[in-house]
Amino acid sequence: MSTTTLTERSDRSTLFDGLGRYIPIAATIGLLIAMYAGGLANYSNFDNPQLIADLFIGNAALLIIAVGMTFVILSGGIDLSVGSMMAFSTMALAWMTVELGLPAEIAVPVVLVFGTGSGMFTGAVIHYFKVQPFIATLAGLFLYRGLTLQISDRDVSIREIEFFSWGMDRVEFGNVREGGFSLPHISFIAFAVVIIAFIVLHYTRFGRSVYAVGGSEQSALLMGLPTARTKVGVYAVSGFCAALGGVVAAYATRSANPLAGVGLELDAIAAVVIGGTLLTGGSGFVLGTVAGVMVMGMISTIIAFQGNLNSWWARIAVGVLLLAFILLQRFLGRSGEKRKT
Amino acid sequence: MNSYLKRLFWPLAVLVALLIVNIAVTGFDFIVPSVHDGRLGGAFVNILRGAVPLLLISLGMTIVIATKGIDLSVGAVYAIGAAIACQWILDRDQSALDTVFTAVVLALVVAAVIGAWNGTMVAYFGVQPIVATLILMIAGRGIAQLITGGQIPSVSDDTPFVELGRGAIATVPVPIVIGLVVFFGLVLLTRTTALGMLLESVGGNPEASRLAGIRSKGITILAYLICGACAGLAGIIGSANLGSADANNGGLWIELDAILAVVIGGTALLGGRFFLLGTAIGVAIIGTLEDTIINVGLSSQWQFTAKAIVVFIVAILQSPEFRAWLLKPFRSGSAAEPTAPEPKPEEKAVAK
Amino acid sequence: MSDEPIVQMAGITKDFTGVRALESVDFTLRPGEIHAIMGENGAGKSTLIKVLTGVHAPDAGRILLDGEPVRFHSPGQAQAAGISTVYQEVNLTDNLSVAENLFAGREPRLGPFINFRAMRRKASALLDQIGIDLNVAAPLSSYSIAMQQLVAIARAVDFEAKVLILDEPTSSLDRDEVEVLMRVMRKLAGDGVAMVFISHFLDQVYEVCDRMTVLRNGKLVGDWDTDALPENELIGHMLGREVETLEAIEHRPDRWPPGDAAPLVSAEGLGRRGSIAPFDLDVREGEVVGLAGLLGSGRTETARLIAGADRHDSGSLSLDGSKLRGHNPRTAAARGIGFCPENRKTEGLVPDLSVAENIVLAMQAARGWARTIPPARRDKLVAEFIAKLDIRPADPHLPVKNLSGGNQQKVLLARWMLLQPRLLILDEPTRGIDVGAKADIQRLVNELSDDGMAVMFISAELDEVTRLSDRIAVLRDREMIDILGAESEMTTERIVDTIVAKGGEQ
Repeated sequence: MSTTTLTERSDRSTLFDGLGRYIPIAATIGLLIAMYAGGLANYSNFDNPQLIADLFIGNAALLIIAVGMTFVILSGGIDLSVGSMMAFSTMALAWMTVELGLPAEIAVPVVLVFGTGSGMFTGAVIHYFKVQPFIATLAGLFLYRGLTLQISDRDVSIREIEFFSWGMDRVEFGNVREGGFSLPHISFIAFAVVIIAFIVLHYTRFGRSVYAVGGSEQSALLMGLPTARTKVGVYAVSGFCAALGGVVAAYATRSANPLAGVGLELDAIAAVVIGGTLLTGGSGFVLGTVAGVMVMGMISTIIAFQGNLNSWWARIAVGVLLLAFILLQRFLGRSGEKRKT
Repeated sequence: MNSYLKRLFWPLAVLVALLIVNIAVTGFDFIVPSVHDGRLGGAFVNILRGAVPLLLISLGMTIVIATKGIDLSVGAVYAIGAAIACQWILDRDQSALDTVFTAVVLALVVAAVIGAWNGTMVAYFGVQPIVATLILMIAGRGIAQLITGGQIPSVSDDTPFVELGRGAIATVPVPIVIGLVVFFGLVLLTRTTALGMLLESVGGNPEASRLAGIRSKGITILAYLICGACAGLAGIIGSANLGSADANNGGLWIELDAILAVVIGGTALLGGRFFLLGTAIGVAIIGTLEDTIINVGLSSQWQFTAKAIVVFIVAILQSPEFRAWLLKPFRSGSAAEPTAPEPKPEEKAVAK
Repeated sequence: MSDEPIVQMAGITKDFTGVRALESVDFTLRPGEIHAIMGENGAGKSTLIKVLTGVHAPDAGRILLDGEPVRFHSPGQAQAAGISTVYQEVNLTDNLSVAENLFAGREPRLGPFINFRAMRRKASALLDQIGIDLNVAAPLSSYSIAMQQLVAIARAVDFEAKVLILDEPTSSLDRDEVEVLMRVMRKLAGDGVAMVFISHFLDQVYEVCDRMTVLRNGKLVGDWDTDALPENELIGHMLGREVETLEAIEHRPDRWPPGDAAPLVSAEGLGRRGSIAPFDLDVREGEVVGLAGLLGSGRTETARLIAGADRHDSGSLSLDGSKLRGHNPRTAAARGIGFCPENRKTEGLVPDLSVAENIVLAMQAARGWARTIPPARRDKLVAEFIAKLDIRPADPHLPVKNLSGGNQQKVLLARWMLLQPRLLILDEPTRGIDVGAKADIQRLVNELSDDGMAVMFISAELDEVTRLSDRIAVLRDREMIDILGAESEMTTERIVDTIVAKGGEQ
């Protein structure tokens, strides 16, 4: 019969031909623009560029942690330990610098290495012993919170440590009073994390393996991809990001609060999902997570501008958005059930 | 029955060990109930009384886990139940019995509806349980704050409502009575009717259950509904004990403790067989653990660390891969051959 | 074609906890040949492949690759040694692009970064080589399963495979796609790649294969050059005669002069796209209707439509002359249609539940959860059926997963017999079970039909079908091609001829 070349005949409508994966992130960005436009229309002063910049100041630690969470969720896992790990890192920094008198230049790398290492350990337990990510990281949630409280059950100030004043030093872009804005150094740390994560996820073998494992671990294994290294790697990334989040929190507050970051893991998960990443793995973008964090920040901003709305509406709004995005993903047809393991 | 006892052996042994440690440190007063003001007291009774909200939630969670599901929203539902009950009473005649009654019923109904919603997401929309219930885990406390207007409603001490947390019936604290009633109620509900078997069937093999004609969607929704109602009731008792409802911190992390209790009690997270008695023992272990830490002279901050260790040990002991890895040095040589992963010769459905 | 074999497997034996999946099987593969492995479900095809590719370790026997003894512990090792496999279910990640799937794990790089441009170029070139043209940057999920299958083959080919195993690659392809696949296969054979081809489409096997190895019940029947093995002989070898003769059970001739009673269940134009072409079939009370055909012929699909396990999208089904609406397993059970599916473990039993619970499951499902079967009655029923079906061990509290295949099958049968259905559908109830249990089940079918129950019986063993059935529906290529009813027609030869004749028409 035919010796001609067989060309593609898609079995779905052309709309979904490769573009389907951009629909959730397009929805997030659309939502963001709509919220901003709504804000502009209703409130004066909403056009101040500092308003956008502020999204990256208060949420710098959340953004960093959500980026780490993006790796884990893309691979099909989840990490509940990030909030505790962040609090622990901040507390450990305070303890090492204030109590032990170690220079911060040493304490910071120690904290980052510890975060990465414990993430690797969690990942190894998940991969080699097939413990559910939910349970394995639950142990981390308890453990790091417990360790934090054991160091101190009240706030520890690190105002005395000169090193930590750098983080909130601002870089000005134009005159703040004449339409310019300023950003502290911690925001640039967050931007750097995003850019590196983007490059790693999209342009390295490790990054593509993360997507492959999240798409189907079984297939990835049969294709000869290093699934063990990938799965251990994503938890290491998440652990590093959580520890870095702790460092950023130390810069931002210049104190260590033992109850910092309670529930932060949920905010991070919410930001990732609202950013269009599929909770069952394999689909999503780190830039979507940035948009997700911005949406969550924008909700709080609008509520603040509205004045007569209370803060809990933010939580309810985030819940509604989660529902919408989960159902959207569901109807786009890529669900967890499709891939039987 | 034999295998049932075997399942309960380890949790029971741990509980007994914890009790012995406490008795060794603080004497027999720890376990022997005393009577004060016409109600039972003493360290162990107080532990049990304080553990009732966790017990209720864990029992509901057991039923959900039996269907291969999980409910992360129970902590938030606890807060909602507490908020509804307290706010309703606060806005009305506090001492009237019918106010309290309406408040309790209202809170329970709302909690059950929330549970049914979770079940619907899982059964009809096909959303993974962990994902479906995450939504309310995040939004639920916002709803609770909405109900309380961001305040912490404190009911007066003379409303009958607080009796639900502090009172006693024939010297037995009311929460313990409620805990026992719910426990035996659920045991009866699942074990004298066929509900237990059908839950285990749906969790154990959904497709076989469908082909056997089981209404698995209805069963799934019912499981989440029960879990939601249990969480609401836990919130009522917890807030009655405190006399107030804290939307932010009431029942915080209780979902994690509940999952832990279920797993300690021998119910596998992958669904199938469930053990309500095992869960109850798991709850007693978690409750006793908290006191043990203080009694042996550690600071209360050790609580989290101890729980982390328990989670880790339980999770890793349930992992067949870990056991195989642990035993590997002992069976090298003769059986170097890896055993076949699963005996399923050609059972794959090829004809589809 | 070189004569020096590239793969030699000798005396391969593999047991799975008491079930012998392969018994001393030999297999030889030469470079440049396309070699079919033929057999029904449970014949041992997949196990043989999995032993070769390192998924399973053989209990006995040896494997030579290029004359060297080898033993693989994972598919990765086999792949590194030049043995690649393409499975029926596409084992690629459809969320990544076509190009990424082709080069996952070995992407061309610039420094540490993937060079997407070079990768797309190489991907296009690779696909071009085997004659397909896709947008390699699009995610794999935007293409049909058939295309994904071809991408998987392209990937395997690019690993410089010496041996390429194609396990049911064509089951979801249409004619044109099969043509492309075969062209690729011939081209690769010309390049000296040895291929193992597993397919239940006989015409494809005859079209493309040089040699065939036939397995039955885990044993080697033999190997032949394709030219030397006519289709009817092949089918005879595959379906074969039972090794163990079951003397006790005789065919009951002419117990049903067909057509003298009103049908109990009647299918008119019943069908489902992609699964079974519309068919007409009547089943009368007390009648045993056999479904005969090769694996993949649509016999299971036919049963599932009548049982309500799958929804039909054409035609109608009537019971006692009235059309059934909202047909699903639950309503089917309520209407008196019981269904024992072919996969006992995945679709039939709940492994953790006890024997007793598995037996009463359907009855309890019909009553709803609140109306419990009184314990005394339940125990009595369970004991009665354990005795009647001789389920061993006769302990109702044992988890059903601990029972042997034959006893598990009996538990499944008991589940439906308890409901006293009017039509009982048995999909391969005798596969993979021991002779004793097999005879028990056959005897039971006779008894049930004598008592007036209608039975629909599916088996890969034609002897069994002809012996038990009053009428036999013959299927091929997802189509019901004939219904044999006359006494003279109830022979395995006639069934094989019917299947072959239909094949010849095409």
